[in-house]
Amino acid sequence: MKRTQKENLIKGFFCLPASLSIFFLLGIVIVLFKEGLPIFKVTSLKEFLFGKFWYPTYEPPEFGILPLILGSFLVTFGALVISVPLGVAGAIYISEVASPKIKESIKPVIELLAGIPSVVYGFFGMVIVAPQVAKIFDLAVGLNAFTASLILGIMAIPTITSISEDAISAVPKKFKEASYALGANKWETILRVILPAAGGGITTAVILGMARVYGETMTVLMVAGGAAVIPRSFFEPVRTMTATIAAEMGEAVAGSTHFYALFAIAIVLFVITLSFNILADILSQRFRKRLG
Amino acid sequence: MNSRKVKEFVGFAILRLATFLILSALFIILYFIIIRGIKVINWQFLTHKPCEGMTSGGIFPAILGTFYLTLCAICFALPLGVAAAIYLVEYARQGRLVRIVRIGINNLAGVPSIVFGLFGLAVFVKYFGFGVSILSGGLTLGILILPVIIRASEEAILAVPNSLREASLALGATKWQTIYRIVLPNAIPGILTGSILGIGRAAGETAPILFTAVTFYSAKLPTSIFSEVQALPYHIYALMTEGTHPETQIPIAYGTALVLLFLVLGIDLLAIVIRRRARRRKW
Repeated sequence: MKRTQKENLIKGFFCLPASLSIFFLLGIVIVLFKEGLPIFKVTSLKEFLFGKFWYPTYEPPEFGILPLILGSFLVTFGALVISVPLGVAGAIYISEVASPKIKESIKPVIELLAGIPSVVYGFFGMVIVAPQVAKIFDLAVGLNAFTASLILGIMAIPTITSISEDAISAVPKKFKEASYALGANKWETILRVILPAAGGGITTAVILGMARVYGETMTVLMVAGGAAVIPRSFFEPVRTMTATIAAEMGEAVAGSTHFYALFAIAIVLFVITLSFNILADILSQRFRKRLG
Repeated sequence: MNSRKVKEFVGFAILRLATFLILSALFIILYFIIIRGIKVINWQFLTHKPCEGMTSGGIFPAILGTFYLTLCAICFALPLGVAAAIYLVEYARQGRLVRIVRIGINNLAGVPSIVFGLFGLAVFVKYFGFGVSILSGGLTLGILILPVIIRASEEAILAVPNSLREASLALGATKWQTIYRIVLPNAIPGILTGSILGIGRAAGETAPILFTAVTFYSAKLPTSIFSEVQALPYHIYALMTEGTHPETQIPIAYGTALVLLFLVLGIDLLAIVIRRRARRRKW
């Protein structure tokens, strides 16, 4: 065999694994739709998305996932309220204020925070945080949307901090120098020059943090309380889409309407996370172009 | 002191406070789990099976199960991920195809872990008929960590300076010889970091193995890749939600959480150290 032939063969061989990730993504889409769409034989899309009652095993069953969608959004919102200010402030501190030595020791710690498995966060929330929340707010049990938001907020911080930090570090040095030359101090430069310039990147960070929280399963399953009703306050137990799938798939018989309904929830979940990710992708590309 | 200086002082104080809060979150979590977990950990806890309906005994089957699942995942994802990275960096022309592949990788990384679990259930457990097994769970975890490994390997391969490639090509080596003899050996530390992070991620995940691999209790240790297993993350969840004796199960859960944390964070720390060493290297 000639050398060039062999080279081409090798190239073709490597093309296969590269295309696998797109293949898996398509595979996930196909599987979700194949197993999820049959639910719409027994319920309409409108009833499914906006129905207020999730009683999948009653006779007759009801498959309204509005309480679950609202549950997911409530804890995601709560988590962002905690993680965005802390995460962005941490990123500014690390990239603009901290000395190089401190910076080098904080960054791995934040990476470790990202490395803690979600089940450990859930466990910590159950045994340590929930009882405290119950005591402070005088509740019977501490497993509710508030506790879940608190834990999810901590979980989203590493994502938000590390991506924001990249964005802030990407702001060209000459921006800062120009600001100092005009007589601004460091704080004014951060607020008026660096943050606006890094805004696109920070938005990307927030969206990716949001996607992380929104798709999180074990923590909410363990900490959020698990009631599939439309939440009225942060101190009520809620159930998210992810937690519903995790809690009920074990009991759902393959091929039953319950089984299809759970896959249909996964379609909703998938479509929403996909849009988060695509949005983040577009924003980060625009951000990079702007900073040139 | 004028008001601009006061503002700056207050601003910096807020930033410091926020960073302090983030760091203390980590230390509080570690503190409670280490202090309460260390009490139950001893040689027996690590090497014995659970007994008396999960209220006493050890967690050896869960440790072994997590080891098997992670091994299976990395055996699947490492060769594929590195090969994909080689193609993307060395062979592919930067055009539409590569862009689509990159979008695929990015979005695969963003898919919620429970959705991977459903995919594994439908494809590996049911369609291929592997059942609830190490193989099904390992493959599911493998797909989950594939993006992590591809990205890290890509970065490592990109970091190899072009002058090395050019020197090799100038000596008459073919493209493949250059990749195999020059690029890969130099990219190894980066690829290693990526795979180690992938291992850490796979070892800690619960949702993807929930319906594909795990069982709360199995009387005997797994005998083949088609056996169902116990796993550390699931063990914590099951102890907290399925038991009837919380007073004896919570301490075991603390111990299990400490073992899992030690494993996962130890793995991550190793990756961080290797990366630092690799970065220090000057070309």
